[in-house]
Amino acid sequence: MSHELPYIAAIGEAIQLEMERDPTVLYFGQNIATTDDDPFLTAFGPDRVRVTPISETAEIGMAVGAALAGYRPVVELYMAEFMLVAMDQVVNEANRFHYMSGGKVRVPLVLKAGYGFTAGWAGQHTGSIYGMFVGVPGLKVALPATAADAKGLMATAIRDDNPVCFFHHYLLTLEHGEVPDGEYLVPFGVADIRRPGKDVTIVATGWCVDRALNAAERLSAEGIEAEVIDPRTLAPLDTRTILESVGRTGRLVLVDQSTRHGSVSAVIAAEVADEGFGLLRAPIKQVTALDATIPYSEPMEAYILPDEDKIVTAVKQVVGQAPVAAKT
Amino acid sequence: MSEGAPEGASAVELLRTMRRIRAFEERVGVLKRADEVYGLIHISIGGEGVAAAVCGALRNDDALYSGHRAHGHAIAMGAPTDRLMAELMGRADGVCQGLGGSMHLVDTAHGLMGATGVVGGNIPLALGSALAARLNGSDAVAVVIFGDGAVQAGHFNESVNLASLWRLPVILVCENNGFAEFTPRSAHTNVERVSDVVAPYELESATVDGSDVGAVRDAFAGFLGAARAGGGPFLLECLTHRLRGHYEGDAVQYREALAAEEWQARDPIARLERLGVERGWLSTAEIEEAQRAALEEVEAAVEFARASPWPDAGSTERLTYA
Repeated sequence: MSHELPYIAAIGEAIQLEMERDPTVLYFGQNIATTDDDPFLTAFGPDRVRVTPISETAEIGMAVGAALAGYRPVVELYMAEFMLVAMDQVVNEANRFHYMSGGKVRVPLVLKAGYGFTAGWAGQHTGSIYGMFVGVPGLKVALPATAADAKGLMATAIRDDNPVCFFHHYLLTLEHGEVPDGEYLVPFGVADIRRPGKDVTIVATGWCVDRALNAAERLSAEGIEAEVIDPRTLAPLDTRTILESVGRTGRLVLVDQSTRHGSVSAVIAAEVADEGFGLLRAPIKQVTALDATIPYSEPMEAYILPDEDKIVTAVKQVVGQAPVAAKT
Repeated sequence: MSEGAPEGASAVELLRTMRRIRAFEERVGVLKRADEVYGLIHISIGGEGVAAAVCGALRNDDALYSGHRAHGHAIAMGAPTDRLMAELMGRADGVCQGLGGSMHLVDTAHGLMGATGVVGGNIPLALGSALAARLNGSDAVAVVIFGDGAVQAGHFNESVNLASLWRLPVILVCENNGFAEFTPRSAHTNVERVSDVVAPYELESATVDGSDVGAVRDAFAGFLGAARAGGGPFLLECLTHRLRGHYEGDAVQYREALAAEEWQARDPIARLERLGVERGWLSTAEIEEAQRAALEEVEAAVEFARASPWPDAGSTERLTYA
């Protein structure tokens, strides 16, 4: 059984269910529970639901300490960029304690952060910065593209014994989707083949998944069948599913809202070039944001970001129907 | 045991702990120069009084967080010296299987939750342990030890605010040795005393002579009792002297070495021994025995560490993720 929910509410549902299931799950964040009738505060009380000052280092560091002491904190960070002021705690403390202690301690922690608010929010609230956290040993990175995955990945993140950066896309906030009722877990490291196809593999992340699916429909009308894969988690990354798909199609287009050189597409391209070069019948193409700050002006925003046209052009290039020199 | 509070048994215990730390640190210095101890090493000679008085007062269910200069704190918490030495040599029998090393000692069985190499990075972690103790309904406390260099960092100020706002049972212990890495405190801030920095947060704080182990013990005991009874947070500033450089190999060109007689006045062990004999808390035999036993224990630790195997390559895959 399922019900329809907006993406953001699906995340909230997972947190609520996990807090009901496990009394060690805590919820911290700036501006959470600002009214007495807040549903989390009402259900779980002020010990477990705590509003914090604008002090990301203390907030995240305190959550790491609580995790070391056996709790499972979920930290609401709103904007992924707010994590940047606490990078020591995120990429040099939380993630390293398990390994550096020889396995003595664990840090089960979820850092929930929105990203990609490319709707005129300009340079400091719009970054798709998840690439920064991929390749940081000990950290896991989840990037749901649908309401169902948002719920299932959050539940899995909370039960995981490692620190997890859970990035949700702001432009998907109110996108509705069917969400399974009750307990629902989406495993980490298992990509979802969203659309089968024989001619080209498109790997897209987050908000770009829907753009890629739309592009695939347009291409289908022209006789090109694209397989669209959503990795769902970037760490761990399901390279096997991607390589198997490339084995079937021989062609790969990577779509990622990150800046080109900070993207996860660069990582996937490297893995496929390393492990599956012989499978490729055409060069890998990356459709990413430009290596630029997201501008405020709407047409400039569109210029910087990947879109359906850019995906369609890239696919036509790798299948030999468009000149490779064409602008993507 | 500070002026007018003699406690014989406690004096012997504190002396033994300090002697064990001193013997360990001196041996580590020698082993580092001989390349038997690997990596970046920070030695705590001069700070033994704080380690013995603070860590020695904690229970195994309390949480201690230390920093890059952690050996003494680990020993005073009860971590076995042989496994600490093995850790410093990067061996599989080390407290962290040789994967953490000198700056990242963890021994949860004795309450040592972690040690961080980034100055001040450990402070917010202690808040989490303090919150956990509160949520558990326990009277356990969290203690974090850091240097005066950490006080100017954002971690410290954010954490003091949050700990004070939430009234967490955490005791912040600052070892103020007057030098943040290679530069004097005057190059970092206009505020001389760390206790002055926290004054606006209505944090109860005290500044004590860190080489007077009795004074540290008494001041800390007051805060510890209050934290167990539901109070907090507290700040204890201990004025210490770091005899050696910031790290082993540091040429220490930025300050004058202490004259021998000055060091005698600031060495927490020499001070306790002098005062203890003078006041009758310690006998010469006890002093000699503490020294002998410490050296013997450390030699055994070195032999244990030398015999320990290297970590296996499989630890990488096994331990990167839980």
